[in-house]
Amino acid sequence: MRTIRQILAVTWLNIRNVPQRLGASLVAVIGVAAVVLVFAAVLSMAKGFERTMISAGSEDTAIIMRSGATSEMNSGLSHEQTLIVANAPGVLKDGDTPVASAELYVVVDIKKKSTNEDANVPLRGIQQAAFDVRNNVEIIEGRMFETGRNEFVVGRAAQQEFVGLDVGSTVRFGQTEWKVVGTFSAGGSVSESELWTDVRVLQDAYRRGNSYQSIRVKLTDAAALEQLEQYLEDDPRIDPDVMSERTYYSTQAEGLSRFIRMIGYPLTILMAIGAVFGALNSMYSSVSARGKEIATLRALGFGPFSVMVSTVVESLLLAAAGGVIGGAVAYLVFNGFRVSTLNGASFSQVVFDFAVTGDLLLQGIVAALLIGVVGGLFPAIRAARLPVAQALREL
Amino acid sequence: MKYFGFIWKNAWRKKVRTTLTILSVLVAFLLYSLLNAIGYAFKSGSDLADAERLVVIDKISLINPLPVSYENKIAATPGVESVTHASWFGGYYQEPQNQMPQFPVEPLEYFEMYPELKMPPEQLEAWSNNRIGMAVGQELAAQFGWKIGDRIPLQATIWTRKDGGRTWEFDLEGIFSTDDPRGGTGYMLFHYDYFEEARAFGEGTVGWYILRIASGANPVEVANAVDAQFANSPNETETSTEQAFVESFSKQFGNIALIVTLILGAVFFTLLLVSGNTMAQSVRERISELAVLKTLGFSDRSLLGIVLSESVLIMLLGGLLGIGIGWLLVQGVSQALGAFLPGVFLSPQALLGAIALMVVAGVIAGIFPALKAMRLSIVDALARG
Repeated sequence: MRTIRQILAVTWLNIRNVPQRLGASLVAVIGVAAVVLVFAAVLSMAKGFERTMISAGSEDTAIIMRSGATSEMNSGLSHEQTLIVANAPGVLKDGDTPVASAELYVVVDIKKKSTNEDANVPLRGIQQAAFDVRNNVEIIEGRMFETGRNEFVVGRAAQQEFVGLDVGSTVRFGQTEWKVVGTFSAGGSVSESELWTDVRVLQDAYRRGNSYQSIRVKLTDAAALEQLEQYLEDDPRIDPDVMSERTYYSTQAEGLSRFIRMIGYPLTILMAIGAVFGALNSMYSSVSARGKEIATLRALGFGPFSVMVSTVVESLLLAAAGGVIGGAVAYLVFNGFRVSTLNGASFSQVVFDFAVTGDLLLQGIVAALLIGVVGGLFPAIRAARLPVAQALREL
Repeated sequence: MKYFGFIWKNAWRKKVRTTLTILSVLVAFLLYSLLNAIGYAFKSGSDLADAERLVVIDKISLINPLPVSYENKIAATPGVESVTHASWFGGYYQEPQNQMPQFPVEPLEYFEMYPELKMPPEQLEAWSNNRIGMAVGQELAAQFGWKIGDRIPLQATIWTRKDGGRTWEFDLEGIFSTDDPRGGTGYMLFHYDYFEEARAFGEGTVGWYILRIASGANPVEVANAVDAQFANSPNETETSTEQAFVESFSKQFGNIALIVTLILGAVFFTLLLVSGNTMAQSVRERISELAVLKTLGFSDRSLLGIVLSESVLIMLLGGLLGIGIGWLLVQGVSQALGAFLPGVFLSPQALLGAIALMVVAGVIAGIFPALKAMRLSIVDALARG
């Protein structure tokens, strides 16, 4: 009990004296804040990208592509094959019609607003059921395209990110002119980065005959995936890869998010090491500045342990302050920050928002506290071992 | 220089503090070198591009193929010296993660078009004589441990064979390299004829054309002349210099690279701030000593020099160590990241820039305490001590 009271007393004394050592303390706080800021900012990029990709995929929607195709872009299915899939067991039916959409996925060059340079914007040809196959897709402005006409609807994110996609405008791809007739939302998912048109029109414009690249089907329930897969495996007319849409989008997200992590984590560790040096420096100077004070306390009967703990606590508090500041700045500046980048897996642009999530902030604060402990421990040991008589003589 | 011993001793007066300061400077410059190398990769070698090479792609998108019949028309365009083509194969080795660029090309034409690619003549000959032969970059061969004479199966993601299979087999006949350390060689080349004959669809098309302009020809005029020939056809073209083509790729990554650079730039300066402040602090603590030096007859200017040199010295010690470690790491990273981000490279300009930064940061950290030391009134300072 006495030790605890001692610790509290010395710690409180320390904290009240922090303003006297403002320079060094501030530097330690800034150092830690920078670590947390960068950690949260870089990884919020990966988080946001993953969230955009994963939220597009549902467990009870299956996507079927030609076996071996790593993305829709390089897959290919014939009209006949799409019919086999649509009528397979496990596919949800609306009356007599299967809830299925055979689709074509190409990219077109459209300028990005931020750079004014051409970017690969995905243009998807869909069938009527596409809106039923996907969850929460809806037209929020204008109207749906009419089948058979050179019209498309544009995803909300794509409209904001790329030049000339406002409803009512006309866009020219090669020889054909297209009219933008509506905007759709898709719950912030990757679909919002796309332009959607009638698949038959797109087949004509791109001279793809009657071929498709993928077909999405709504399953009767998530468990029906296996049944569908088995059925299609056994059919000699088709050699498919069957997976849930969620699995598909996670594999599409893998490359880029691994890349961001491969850069993000080592950088954070490196910076944390730098911040530890900063914290050590500041705490050593704090201990040396308080040499006489510590010696006096010891002479008055305060134990070495309470002196040590108080130093670690001071360091922890400084680091925590840095962590909170860094996290707050990261949240205010980066959360919701919208960018678009080329996803190598599909060779097309994905628009997404940075997501500074709670668990990222938590990880950041934990890292800050670790820096605080390491940065405070060695100076604390020195403080505890300070020879009392000698330090007092320096008075 | 005659004060070097003195400065050195002074710098190490508080060993722990100096060591910690040097270590944080070290980390700052380690970051600097890694960032620079990664940033270089994002620009992905656009300054390696040959100014006399133009790239012809479909106007709507690079993914749309062009008719093979364009080759003769492009070759006949005034100002065009030679032309060849390449396509995208998009296969992988064993596992889907092992994707690397593969291009069906005309072997001899391609090596003439890219004289920077070096391959022993006998290998080039063997490759061009073997229909299913392939040539791979040194980096790629090293990555998978491939040797000349190996038979290597690749899985196609796009190009199914006429027989319905997806496995394409190749004989490794040649390994090429480039003289320039910045040029990545993590890709593979094989015969267009083999590709054309065996693929199940897409016959009669190529991915893009590469042309070399005659010396003295104006690249813009040639590009316009090429595009004009195909205007209003089903496959309109877009011709640009190789540099513009490469840049348009890296720009597709958009502001991401910029954001990363900005964030990390901020960190770099924070770390410098931390170490700068510590240095300033250590000079402040020695004010009374500096007064003693003045009393002994050191001139104002040499005091200024001594204090500044100490702070520059600490920056250089930490900075050079950091850059050194950074350079070693970049060698490792460029291997590890090879597949995602070819061309990670620490340029000589970046190294020079780093040294300039160390000196500037040292001067900034030391200048205020140094000026203070210079203007010191001996009596006041001694009284304070």
